[in-house]
Amino acid sequence: MKDETYREGAVGHVDDICRQAAVWLEQRTCGAWGADDEAQFSAWLNASVDHRVEFLRLRGAWERAERLTVLRPLKADVQVPTRRRVLPIVLRMVAACAVFAVVGTGAAYLMQPGYVTYATTVGGRETLTLDDGSQIELNTDTVVRISQDTRERKVRLDKGEAFFHVVHNAARPFVVLAGNDRVVDLGTKFVVRRESDRLEVAVMEGAARLEQAASGKPARQATLYPGDVAVSRANQLSVTRVATAALAADTAWRQGVLVFRDATLAQAAAELNRYNHDKLVITDAAAGRLMFGGTVPVTGTNAFIDVAQEVLGLRVERRGHEILISR
Amino acid sequence: MPDATAASDADEWFVRKVLPLEAMLVQYLHHNWRNPSDVRDLLHDVYVRVYEAARTQIPDHAKAFVFTTARNLLITRARQEHIVSIEAVADLEALGVAHDEPGPDRNVIARDELRRLQAALDRLAPRCREAFLLRRVEGLSRAQIALRMGIGEHTVKEYLASAMWMLADTLYSERADFRRPS
Repeated sequence: MKDETYREGAVGHVDDICRQAAVWLEQRTCGAWGADDEAQFSAWLNASVDHRVEFLRLRGAWERAERLTVLRPLKADVQVPTRRRVLPIVLRMVAACAVFAVVGTGAAYLMQPGYVTYATTVGGRETLTLDDGSQIELNTDTVVRISQDTRERKVRLDKGEAFFHVVHNAARPFVVLAGNDRVVDLGTKFVVRRESDRLEVAVMEGAARLEQAASGKPARQATLYPGDVAVSRANQLSVTRVATAALAADTAWRQGVLVFRDATLAQAAAELNRYNHDKLVITDAAAGRLMFGGTVPVTGTNAFIDVAQEVLGLRVERRGHEILISR
Repeated sequence: MPDATAASDADEWFVRKVLPLEAMLVQYLHHNWRNPSDVRDLLHDVYVRVYEAARTQIPDHAKAFVFTTARNLLITRARQEHIVSIEAVADLEALGVAHDEPGPDRNVIARDELRRLQAALDRLAPRCREAFLLRRVEGLSRAQIALRMGIGEHTVKEYLASAMWMLADTLYSERADFRRPS
């Protein structure tokens, strides 16, 4: 390329051009766009290559940002069939920001090739259908990464809880990975819940194998059948058999409700808190040991408060997003 | 104006092949030009020259072409400003820009992009970031954002436009600070 004389034109105006380009791009992507706009925009764009390169630069960035927005919040209004107040603005923003926080820390997620990340916000629920027909239902505040190839289907459960309805294919195993644990499908419906220090796997139909890998030690494993609930902690793997009705209660969240039997008030509060931004705090231990039973919507914090106040005669005090409950 | 096909081919090539070089190009310009506050303008001029050439014919090797253009531009400007020292603009081979090499691992790029997006968000003013998130994450319209944030649509428009503007700087550039004169 030959050297031309230095063009004075653009210098000092680049920021202005860039701002104009941003205004056009915003109007095109976010506002109303009519024939007039198109004509004016074309005129601006074609007036100078100075305009065009800056516009292309911004549009390229905006489109890249769009591809990066892999995590979508759920449309709160359609997720829960029961009555639902529109969340206050602040809360909705918290939800939106939370999703982005995940994108931020999510940088590490893309270190493995081929993983696609899906997430739900607090109170959200989403069903993913894989191309083989297998379904994954994500419960509140859950992050999974899915990778599929011709040999294997892999789901990493980074946090939260998911129900798996797997179309079994021995030639193409379906594996759920959570920390050091692996759950291998043997033709099944099962639910996996990950908490900071424990992993719980419950099988509804068919069978699944839970493998616990401890570094430097031989892996422990257990094959689980319907009604089996396995809990894996560091160095510990326990399996109990429960009634199928109890299991159904464990996955009632799939219908947007929580079923409590023989639960303490503290347990019920902790469970409800997973789904709601307003957190129930039981401030004295004696109140926490009271029993709580029944079926409440996952958004039923208020129903819980009513029971606490009117049935159990407890004191309720709201402090910001905390609801303090005491005797 | 050249015909529309030439323009859209050039657009496509520019977005796919040239813009991803921005981080490297900005670094090159910083390294070879004494006044950091000129870098944004120099970058723009490189883009204009590269794009104009591409409208006539798309260069075979984007990277080599972009850096040769940048070097020529620096030489021209150095002459005009009667700057003697241009020793640094000589050795393009050292930059490894002779050919279009396969870039770094795509996953690495994606990871970097996520970091950059987060960095870009962090740099936005809080209200501006809020508007951006409502648009990008919740997919709200301008009017809905205005309602949600309790501000006028015109302000939303300004917030979104500046978010776009800031975003480009951080996403393309490892040196997100090239706008700030040192």
